[in-house]
Amino acid sequence: MTPCEEMDLQLHGLLDGELDAVHAAAVEAHLAGCADCSAKLEGLRELRAKVRGARVAETAPASLTARLDSLAGAPRVIPLTAGRPRRPAPAWWFAGGSITALAASIALFAIIAPAPPGLPGELIEGHIRSLQAQHLVDVQTSDRHVVKPWFNGKIDFAPPVVELADQGYPLAGGRLDYIEGRTVAALVYRRRAHVINLFIWPGRAPAAPSMTHLHGYGLLRWGRAGLTYWAVSDIDSAELVAFQHAFAARVGG
Amino acid sequence: MPHADAAYNLARRLTRGSDAAEDIVQDAFVRALAGFDAFRGGDARAWLLTIVRNRFYDWLRERRLKATTPLTAPGTFDEAGEDAAQDYTDLDADTPESELLRKDEALSMRALIDRLPTRLREVLVLREMEHLSYREIAEITGAPIGSVMSRLARARAALGEAWRAFEHQGAGAVT
Repeated sequence: MTPCEEMDLQLHGLLDGELDAVHAAAVEAHLAGCADCSAKLEGLRELRAKVRGARVAETAPASLTARLDSLAGAPRVIPLTAGRPRRPAPAWWFAGGSITALAASIALFAIIAPAPPGLPGELIEGHIRSLQAQHLVDVQTSDRHVVKPWFNGKIDFAPPVVELADQGYPLAGGRLDYIEGRTVAALVYRRRAHVINLFIWPGRAPAAPSMTHLHGYGLLRWGRAGLTYWAVSDIDSAELVAFQHAFAARVGG
Repeated sequence: MPHADAAYNLARRLTRGSDAAEDIVQDAFVRALAGFDAFRGGDARAWLLTIVRNRFYDWLRERRLKATTPLTAPGTFDEAGEDAAQDYTDLDADTPESELLRKDEALSMRALIDRLPTRLREVLVLREMEHLSYREIAEITGAPIGSVMSRLARARAALGEAWRAFEHQGAGAVT
């Protein structure tokens, strides 16, 4: 029979399921004939039950999970596979079934994917960021008389802000974004469940709209009165063009 | 975020219930996300907990540098192999939780775990609360498996003794 002094670590090993079959059998043989070691193992089991008891382990408070979720919602580049803003990427990094796990995996996937080159890529990035970070708008209102003054003092140009709700494109608000190293205005319009980001900054561009497609997004660019406009959305191209027409007509009118 | 609870629980027990646990966890997640391409497979949870633990020791170091009272010289080990400088005694002086301890078994158990030396406490928490294997704990703590086993045995012995004393004497043993 194995002396009890040699049993100490083995009891822990048995408790933790870390013994191979041979050692486990030896320990159990010893336990069968040793009341002291059996009692000791029982004591270890009771202690474990208490340590693993309800509410001993702490769960992340809401303040923390909110901070962590905002990390997940701020990807630096867009998913390569993105055909739509919130399309789930495979959850292969963190194993976990929650919605936040899925969100995290999307963000993580986003981080390792190479950025699409150039300005269109940056604009899509801005568009997706606005959807994912719960930071669609800094000023949330459908009232253009609120949105327009909000930009005052924040940027050195005055983006035209028009309402298009009657055309099926309600104004959701505005925010500042950062494109090609400068602060730009972004107006946010909705089209049914979709979002249109209209980025505006000073610069010359042809007045005639031109459409670009990248990763399933449509990007429509035009210029007017010294400002460059880029509308970015995942809506149908024809609808994006119709949006541009409606916007340009109202600004010009 | 997945594993937020596991990360937070580890940070709370390592810091002995400090509010700094939130910052440590957030920092760990930032680093985990930034260092994602350095992650070469394996268990992401264990990897994240490794980062939490490393951030805890960073925090402990910064905290010690800021401390005005002289601390035990770093690098001194007692006969049990504990780095005495890794421990600090002024954290859980008298918390608002003390009152609750009298009637709350879960809070009492937390407090007793928090009284374990750091090297024992981390092994116990990783094993019993985060359910990691000896090998994983060895990788996280950078200690040989034999050390993990002996620390775990000592942690359980100390905690078991403390719990019996607590049950015997009441909450006075905890506070």
